[in-house]
Amino acid sequence: MNGITNEGLVLACSAIGAGLAVIAGIGPGVGQGIAAGHGASAVGRNPGAKGDIMQTMLLGQAVAETTGLYGLVIALILLFANPLFGKL
Amino acid sequence: MGNEVDFMVHGYVPLNIFGHEVWLTTTHVCLLIVCLFMLVIGLIVNNKMKHATEVPGMVQNIAELYVEMMDGVVQSSMFRHWGKYANYILTIFMFLLFSNISGLFGLRPPTADYGVTLPLALITFVLIQFNAFKWKGVGGYVKDLMDPIPIFLPINIISEVATPVSLSLRLFGNVMAGTIMLALYYGMLPVLATVVIPSFLHAYLDLFSGAIQAYVFCMLSMTFIYQKMPE
Repeated sequence: MNGITNEGLVLACSAIGAGLAVIAGIGPGVGQGIAAGHGASAVGRNPGAKGDIMQTMLLGQAVAETTGLYGLVIALILLFANPLFGKL
Repeated sequence: MGNEVDFMVHGYVPLNIFGHEVWLTTTHVCLLIVCLFMLVIGLIVNNKMKHATEVPGMVQNIAELYVEMMDGVVQSSMFRHWGKYANYILTIFMFLLFSNISGLFGLRPPTADYGVTLPLALITFVLIQFNAFKWKGVGGYVKDLMDPIPIFLPINIISEVATPVSLSLRLFGNVMAGTIMLALYYGMLPVLATVVIPSFLHAYLDLFSGAIQAYVFCMLSMTFIYQKMPE
């Protein structure tokens, strides 16, 4: 039985790393849910300002999404454009 | 499962510029198609607006609606200085909207390539720094970097640099995730056609997410530029 080659080890750890990187999606999920809750209660308190509240909420949520996207970009780079493959 | 998953990333023509080998890829072709489409729309609207009537026809109506809506959006973000940036924000919003939605029409969205979103964010970065220098002068700019205590200087520099990086990565990540998920879904299509029709995925990932990302890019650009202007 052969041992694990260098390339195999790099690929396997890249796959594990890609999976771990997307765990960063927990943060925006929780944060955006809380923001949506506050937005909904604000609309309940002041139904006339619904347009303004929705615009502000969407803007804030898209900005908060960014850190979750960083994790996704790292995972995609590791899977599809791996820079560590072939070094050493 | 013998289907080939096609991410639509092909190189077409290799060029040789200054000794480096550069490929013309799908992104170039799709970017050209989107820009030609916008050019054709611009020429049509220009032609119709020359014979503008009091009671507008359809093209004039849509054009006036769009321009007034974007003028209102820019005004609500950049109160006094909206006149200089309304055209640019209008163009960028239209370009981002069309290029994010172009996935529905069989193209690979040009914004799914980091080489397209990074220059857009760098244009915003140049606008922000230009306005900072123009309205505050060099001394005021350095003083701003040390706000509130001088020990904050590296943190403020990092936050200045992080602005275009986060703008470009947000747009790129959203659109690229959509294209990858759809390409994987199309690759497994004969089996999964009973689960959900691809057009629903397109509607959420391309239309909704793409429109929101275009709007957020423009709003954040305007907010960052406005922060450097005096009260």
